[in-house]
Amino acid sequence: MPPSNKGLAPILDVRGMTKHFPAGILFNKKQVHAVENATFTVQYSQVVALVGESGSGKTTTIRMIARLIPVTQGEIFFEGANIFKTEPRGASMDYRSKVQLIFQDPFASLNAVQTIEHHLARPLIIHKKAFGRQEIHERVCDLLDTVELKPASEIANRYPHQLSGGQRQRVSIARALAVDPKLILADEPISMLDVSIRMGVLNLIDKLKEERGISYVYITHDLASARYIGDQIMVMYAGHMVEGGDGEAIMREAAHPYTQLLLSAVPNPQAGLHTDKGIRVRGEVPSLIDPPPGCPFGARCPSVINICHQIMPAKKELTPNHWVRCHLYSS
Amino acid sequence: MDDVSFAIQPGEVVGLAGESGSGKSTIAHAILRILHPPALITGGQVLFKGRDVMEMNDAELGQFRWSKISIVFQSAMNALNPVMKIRDQLTDVMVHHGLSKADANTRALNLFKLVGIDPQRLDTYPHQLSGGMRQRAVIAIALALDPPILIMDEPTTALDVVVQKDILQQISVLREKLGFSILFITHDLSLLVEISTRIAIMYAGEIVERAPARELFETPLHPYTLGLMNSFPSISGLKHKLTGIPGSPPDLIDVPTGCRFHPRCPKVMAICSKTVPGIKFISSDHSVSCHLFN
Amino acid sequence: MNPNAKASPCDPVTGETQSITHGKPVSTQIDFLRRTITQPKAIIGLVILGVFILMALFAPLIAPNNPNKYVGLAHEPPTINHWLGTTGQGQDVFTQLVWGSRISLLIGFSVGILSTILGLAIGMISGYIPGVVDGVLNMFTNVFLLIPGLPLLITLASFLPQGMLTVMLVLTFTGWAWPARVFRSQVLCLREKDFVSASVVSGERTPRIVFSEILPNMLSLVMSSLFGAVIYTIGADAGLAFLGFENVNIVSWGTMLYWASNSSALLQEAWWTFVPPGLCIALVSFATTMLIYAMDEVTNPRLRSEKDITRVLKKYRTGSKRATPVVKEPATR
Repeated sequence: MPPSNKGLAPILDVRGMTKHFPAGILFNKKQVHAVENATFTVQYSQVVALVGESGSGKTTTIRMIARLIPVTQGEIFFEGANIFKTEPRGASMDYRSKVQLIFQDPFASLNAVQTIEHHLARPLIIHKKAFGRQEIHERVCDLLDTVELKPASEIANRYPHQLSGGQRQRVSIARALAVDPKLILADEPISMLDVSIRMGVLNLIDKLKEERGISYVYITHDLASARYIGDQIMVMYAGHMVEGGDGEAIMREAAHPYTQLLLSAVPNPQAGLHTDKGIRVRGEVPSLIDPPPGCPFGARCPSVINICHQIMPAKKELTPNHWVRCHLYSS
Repeated sequence: MDDVSFAIQPGEVVGLAGESGSGKSTIAHAILRILHPPALITGGQVLFKGRDVMEMNDAELGQFRWSKISIVFQSAMNALNPVMKIRDQLTDVMVHHGLSKADANTRALNLFKLVGIDPQRLDTYPHQLSGGMRQRAVIAIALALDPPILIMDEPTTALDVVVQKDILQQISVLREKLGFSILFITHDLSLLVEISTRIAIMYAGEIVERAPARELFETPLHPYTLGLMNSFPSISGLKHKLTGIPGSPPDLIDVPTGCRFHPRCPKVMAICSKTVPGIKFISSDHSVSCHLFN
Repeated sequence: MNPNAKASPCDPVTGETQSITHGKPVSTQIDFLRRTITQPKAIIGLVILGVFILMALFAPLIAPNNPNKYVGLAHEPPTINHWLGTTGQGQDVFTQLVWGSRISLLIGFSVGILSTILGLAIGMISGYIPGVVDGVLNMFTNVFLLIPGLPLLITLASFLPQGMLTVMLVLTFTGWAWPARVFRSQVLCLREKDFVSASVVSGERTPRIVFSEILPNMLSLVMSSLFGAVIYTIGADAGLAFLGFENVNIVSWGTMLYWASNSSALLQEAWWTFVPPGLCIALVSFATTMLIYAMDEVTNPRLRSEKDITRVLKKYRTGSKRATPVVKEPATR
């Protein structure tokens, strides 16, 4: 039974996180509402999958949690502490040693002119996990062994362009592990990898969760991999979180019309050839610039009602571990 | 790419599945002879209704391309000229093949209606369209001369899944209306099973298995095909652990001896590293290249 | 060493360079340097520069006399005794040329290096630290870019005491802004890359990120800026000297031109007094430009594929430029 989010103290508690980017010039100032009121929790040793298409705000959300960009509004509680109060001027070394980030593009996330050893040694040195060349080299090889890159010594001397995409992504994971993190934020880690090696990387992520109790926020646009690895699934659309809860529950009984649309769009060979049944897709993701009030999915929703264009629906709990923001479910 | 052979019948969708380095994109470009130097084609024929594309000179190729076979590329932003209006890019190829300007414009209007874009958008630039619309525009350009065969090289890979479904539905509708065949190239095997008539699996420049779509899905034979199937988590049914395939696709400068898949194969035998397995027909339209079946 | 390392294979579909995953690991920078140096254009440039540098180094051996010595009649054309004739003051042109190369090259390279370093410092800080710091430094850079170069040079040179140090100072002062702008743009671009964000998330401090992660990625840009600065300096130095704003008693290629102009060499048809120094300046600039072209060819895959096209067409004698050639020959592996 996957762990639910009730009762236990979470490792990460995000409340009302909002990000607006300025856009437009001079007297025509506008705001891009990239993320609006994101709220969710991550338990210890749990994988929360954040699912959404491009422009849904999932990458921005994760970058705010990693403290790469400032939030416009909202609070982040990490291990119980409100980090904007305890470290208002930027992430402390402590935070950086506990919260790590893995990027989508395996080539861009490694510095082409530095060896793998350099990439893994830097976090060790910065966070004082190892001293002296010998010890550092040993730790680097240990890390490479953990991510199943062999022979460790030889790989450590290579440059990124001499590794395949899957190997580079494993190096990124190793770099994140170097600081002994408690939470890893993974931004679509497998979407740019070859199909046959994706599972290997996902299984590695799962193994590390089981063995070391690391929690993950796993971002993806692919519901299938979200289901495979996620204990909890959160669905984002146009910057808003529209549905969330236990992964299997959402897969079986998706409540929000957008989630249902997503599910119907995934190619599913088991469902039979030429499935023309399923929701007819209409329209496109709306612009995030100064959006009109109401639910952002209103323009495309097959079940839209008047109130949808007026106010954003509130969170409604369908079961203890399944909530949705949709007027269809508000009494 | 080595000794790749397949046939496309009128009105069918042939799916070509493979990962990076499999040669699937290379073959699409080779059929139209648009590979960049220093690429060379060193053997084989591409017979379109009996005529060999490899024997054509520049002038014949100019007539042949686009009117008989056209191609939709992966990234619409790469395929479209950013400083030309869509209308001009559409009418360009038609005028080049002899249509008058007026006829070309009428046809452009109809094509846009056909692919589901508001014809008012004809006079916009590519960057003003969304990703899905750009890809539709590219499909419209590919259909400009009503070719009997369309090559689609990963047309939806760069798109979100909902837009992907949308485009595929559109392609389906177009196929019913116009009756063209498609060579659909992608790495997404689950997608191919949904839309193809027949599927060929490529690995490291060779075709390793070939079968009708449903049969391939129900009875995959080649260990690589099995491995690929084992790499797609599903959204329904029982959740079980998937392993993918260990290792990575080989460097084509230095291919493994014998069967090119043998370093990664879970069922490898001694003979696999020594001799190349020939093509064996299991049934009239299901063939596989593997020593397990020789 | 992998024989393919010389020319990276290009992906026939996209035309992009593929990486080679076997062979002894080689740093991208060393690989880049090696490939640049082996380009034909680079070899030409290096040979020419080499000749001049050797000439400057071994000046006492090549032209043992004092370049300021009066050795003959004014404006004598080239003879056996005076290979390039004499100046309007009766000095040996060849001796002056050889000794003058020392000053010209020294100023050229040292100012080139100095202005590149200054441009790097300001450009990188400006590019990496957004907000006020960037705003101020960028404004500063723009001011220096907008001020017309020659008038500024002349103004500064006329107020400061004459001497080589002044020249170096003045040229650096006017030459740093362009590289600074270029480096700033590059840093702005690199700053957004994932590996920089990864360093930030690892806890790396800003100075370390700038020098250890970003700067090594700018090698080709720094080198081409350096060469560009050298070319600019040699020309500007000659210009300043020609206009008389340097100490004209020091022998350099520029001052040779000054004296030639002063002695009405054109009217006198004494071409040997101004053609040699002018030619030397042009040759050094040309050689340095060759090095820049060589680097361009290594870094820009499109230039490389143009050469590939012609090579393939020649080899197989196919006239077709618009289709992949079909060659029925046994595949060689």
